[in-house]
Amino acid sequence: MKIAVCIKQVPDSDKVTIDRTTNRLNRAGVPAIVNPFDENALEMALKLKDANPGTTVTVVTMGPPPAAEVIKTAVAHGADGGVLICGREFGGADTWATGYTIALAIRKLQEDGGPFDLVLFGKQATDGDTAQVGPGIANNLGLPCLTYAKSCEVAGGDAFRVVRMTEDGTEEWEVQRPCALTVVKEAGELRIASLRGKMKAKSYQPPVWGVEELQPNPDFIGLKGSPTRVSKVFAPPVKSNREKFSGTPAEQAAALVERLAARQLV
Amino acid sequence: MNEIWVFAEQRDGKLESVALELLSKGRELAAKSGYRLAAVLLSENGEALAPELFAYGAQKVYRLDDPRFAYYQNDWWSEAFVSLVREKGPEIVLVGATTVGRSLAPTAASILHCGLTADCTRLDFDPETKLLLQTRPAFGGNIMATIVCADTRPQMATVRPNVFKKEPLPGAPSGGELVNVPVDLSGVPCRMKRLKVVKEGGDDVNLAEAKAIVSGGRGLGSPEKFSLVRELASVLGAAVGASRATVDAGWISPLHQVGQTGKTVCPKLYVAVGISGAIQHLAGMQSSDTIVAINSDPNAPIFDVADYGLVGDLNEIVPAIVAAVKARRGA
Repeated sequence: MKIAVCIKQVPDSDKVTIDRTTNRLNRAGVPAIVNPFDENALEMALKLKDANPGTTVTVVTMGPPPAAEVIKTAVAHGADGGVLICGREFGGADTWATGYTIALAIRKLQEDGGPFDLVLFGKQATDGDTAQVGPGIANNLGLPCLTYAKSCEVAGGDAFRVVRMTEDGTEEWEVQRPCALTVVKEAGELRIASLRGKMKAKSYQPPVWGVEELQPNPDFIGLKGSPTRVSKVFAPPVKSNREKFSGTPAEQAAALVERLAARQLV
Repeated sequence: MNEIWVFAEQRDGKLESVALELLSKGRELAAKSGYRLAAVLLSENGEALAPELFAYGAQKVYRLDDPRFAYYQNDWWSEAFVSLVREKGPEIVLVGATTVGRSLAPTAASILHCGLTADCTRLDFDPETKLLLQTRPAFGGNIMATIVCADTRPQMATVRPNVFKKEPLPGAPSGGELVNVPVDLSGVPCRMKRLKVVKEGGDDVNLAEAKAIVSGGRGLGSPEKFSLVRELASVLGAAVGASRATVDAGWISPLHQVGQTGKTVCPKLYVAVGISGAIQHLAGMQSSDTIVAINSDPNAPIFDVADYGLVGDLNEIVPAIVAAVKARRGA
């Protein structure tokens, strides 16, 4: 079986701060990590690899040259290899252009090495939180897509049995092979990198593909290929009537319940 | 005439609340733009749902009725939805950011090659440029970004449940135009099928749609102290949430986790008990309407986003709130 996992390098959101004069991210000094949900997707792929000998796991990412690090990280944890999509032309891509571009790379991987049985994504990335790129890539590849998958097993020759999370429980689905899944945290924490994996990752250099290799429609990539535009960025409105109560617990509680009653919340 | 569409999501023949919230907001956008407000209903035997959509302001309901729309299946639904968009050409399409909407909207936008903005917390119409102004939090809510789609149509946006208020039209229901749309899905393969549905936990875990949530954090000190959170949740009719720290420590099931790696919620009332307010938690709850924080540390970051802060020992404050709510009800 052949599995592709799309991963993204994101700033560690626990350590991010904002420059309040420019409303831009202070990127300097903020560690870059693999998007946490993409780690869960990678773990799902590695579980399938454990259960199905001969399976290969290929990671795909798009970003500036340092994003090669997330591929090396994935290799350390057990992925077989990966590819970095990189080039100035891809900069400023929104979710539509990103979905188009990454799908091109997956197609090229398939031309070179045969079709993927499964393409996995984290349910969303913690920097944008859109949850749009996975379904977008799936559509570009013509694959059926299930979102919020927590487990995936091979069911017979041509199908997967997938459990997905919903608002109030789970659903079990059967989906034809090949297919695409977006993966939730419940799929499991990424296993620890083995010593052998770390050694392999140390010397591994992923191929880097740009417009030369992918031959995209220039109108569909980067800022130019992005239907959405950011027209304004501003600080979130500060709640003006914030109140901090003082006094005994009973006094504070009474004050709170009075306010909540005025807002018809109790 | 130009139209604003609301995806009227139904499950088991019942409309999702977020669809009615979007219609309520859609009326405002319709008034500003002069566009007509329409709901798009994919269902099996869903005729009974149209009057409810009219009651919330839909001037028109496109109804697609087919056994294949009994439950959400991405291939069929996105194909039918996209065909209708192509045929009618709406200016704006609004979709609830549920597990269904977050499958349908990105698939449809990808096919239609149009812009899609996720999880908007504010929507406005600029009469000058005729653009939908889609505002959403970015980078964990640290900044707000207004997004526009100048060149592609429709302008698509998703909105989470509870962000907008659900308001029926005032006065007697007046009805509207019901358009029965023929469904042709011949040649669209069925590549996936649902085998089983399992509802988990009680009502207290559906955080996405809860009107009120009481969440516990590490400040509780021990897993047993979640009983305080549950008691307060019970008197407030709230669901129970939790911080990542308590879930990681195994104090409570991950289903309850609020935050960037858990669930993003926006209830009318959010009560944070013993939660200090790490960015990743704030990202998951700070668009809640009214936020109450209870913490022993007066400098905890949670107080920066809280409408009401209570400083002190949660072991005393929480029971005091429970008592005060009960006393008020009894009075």
